[in-house]
Amino acid sequence: MNPDPLLQTVVQIADDHLILGHRLSEWCGHAPMLEEDLSMPNMALDLIGQARALYNYAAKLENKDRTEDDFAYLRSDREYTNCLLVERPNTDFAYTMLRQFYFATFMQPFWQSVSSGTDETLKGIAAKAYKETGYHVRHSGEWIIRLGDGTEESARRMNDAVAELHPYTDEMFTADAARQYCIENGAVPDMQSIQAIWNNNISQVFAQARLTIPKTPYPQTGGRQGQHTEDFGFLLAELQYMQRSYPGAKW
Amino acid sequence: MTAPDVSQPDINLAKQIAANVPDPELPYLTLADLGILRTVELQNDTVVAYVSPTYSGCPALDVIEQSVLSALQQAGFKARIERSLLPPWTTDWITAEGHRKLKANGIAPPHSASGNKQTLFAERKVTCPNCDSGNTEKISEFGSTPCKSQYQCKQCREPFEYFKCH
Repeated sequence: MNPDPLLQTVVQIADDHLILGHRLSEWCGHAPMLEEDLSMPNMALDLIGQARALYNYAAKLENKDRTEDDFAYLRSDREYTNCLLVERPNTDFAYTMLRQFYFATFMQPFWQSVSSGTDETLKGIAAKAYKETGYHVRHSGEWIIRLGDGTEESARRMNDAVAELHPYTDEMFTADAARQYCIENGAVPDMQSIQAIWNNNISQVFAQARLTIPKTPYPQTGGRQGQHTEDFGFLLAELQYMQRSYPGAKW
Repeated sequence: MTAPDVSQPDINLAKQIAANVPDPELPYLTLADLGILRTVELQNDTVVAYVSPTYSGCPALDVIEQSVLSALQQAGFKARIERSLLPPWTTDWITAEGHRKLKANGIAPPHSASGNKQTLFAERKVTCPNCDSGNTEKISEFGSTPCKSQYQCKQCREPFEYFKCH
């Protein structure tokens, strides 16, 4: 298998996980209750752990001098290829849980498929990540139902979150030339099959949560090409602060 | 007949040393109890220990790998640690001894992970490690480490941790 398209694809997946992990970690110490203060950093830890394994693999595929840390901390904004959904700011708890639910419901069938794919390293990462993602789907899914079918206030916030975030979901299922190559080689699943599973799972939970899936005539995309939202720069400034201020700093 | 090669590292000793390294977060458990030490083998003159992560983001992983490395080095071995992802570690690999030690230390050991697929709002029945009552409730899915969740026993009232099936 050609390492370049595989490298690009691995970095895309890694970026999704690093950035969403960072967003979740921003809740640490600020969650609405203690149990959530445990759950969000725990999920962040899973995501960052998955990102580390992927960046390590990327560094190996690239076979230059870069390490996982170089990928995570020392690229410019245009070099990150995460989808826009994961960089959207936390906003409120309903918004954060919906963002999590959208992404985890996408990653769960994705990892399941990769774990029986053709790339040995990705298979290993996927087998671990699949189980971890199950907790994220369950945790966020339960909150979607509690909040959507909860009080007037919680339902309002949930509906606002759906209206805001749904246009960002299409981008998860796009496949550029590099990813298409990996799909054809059986390393990652084809995106239509994942989207069908995703739609089905989202519909089921939304029905229980008394939420409707909105029509999105104008999907928001660009992250995969390195074109990010304004909020992304602020996120990177914080994420990269230590390595930019103290280059080469180590624990 | 050839004389035994005295320069050859004692692989059985190396295995024993690696297996007895304690887990940093559950120090009464050894790596062998947890089932995360996969193989210890000799490659030329180097002892290579393969360790599986429990969770991708487990912060203890680096510490575990360092502990195995330094334990082997202190015993005079030339050693290297490799991370082994496939097949993925599952809680089914925790030994019977591991289960016993978890319970003795107030942590409910995991149920069988095989076919572990939970639906939304599904509650798993967990037995209290202190009084063995089945009358317990989940307080929080997530706990102090990625591998544990929080429960409370409604019989003896004690809160306790449950080692999640994984």
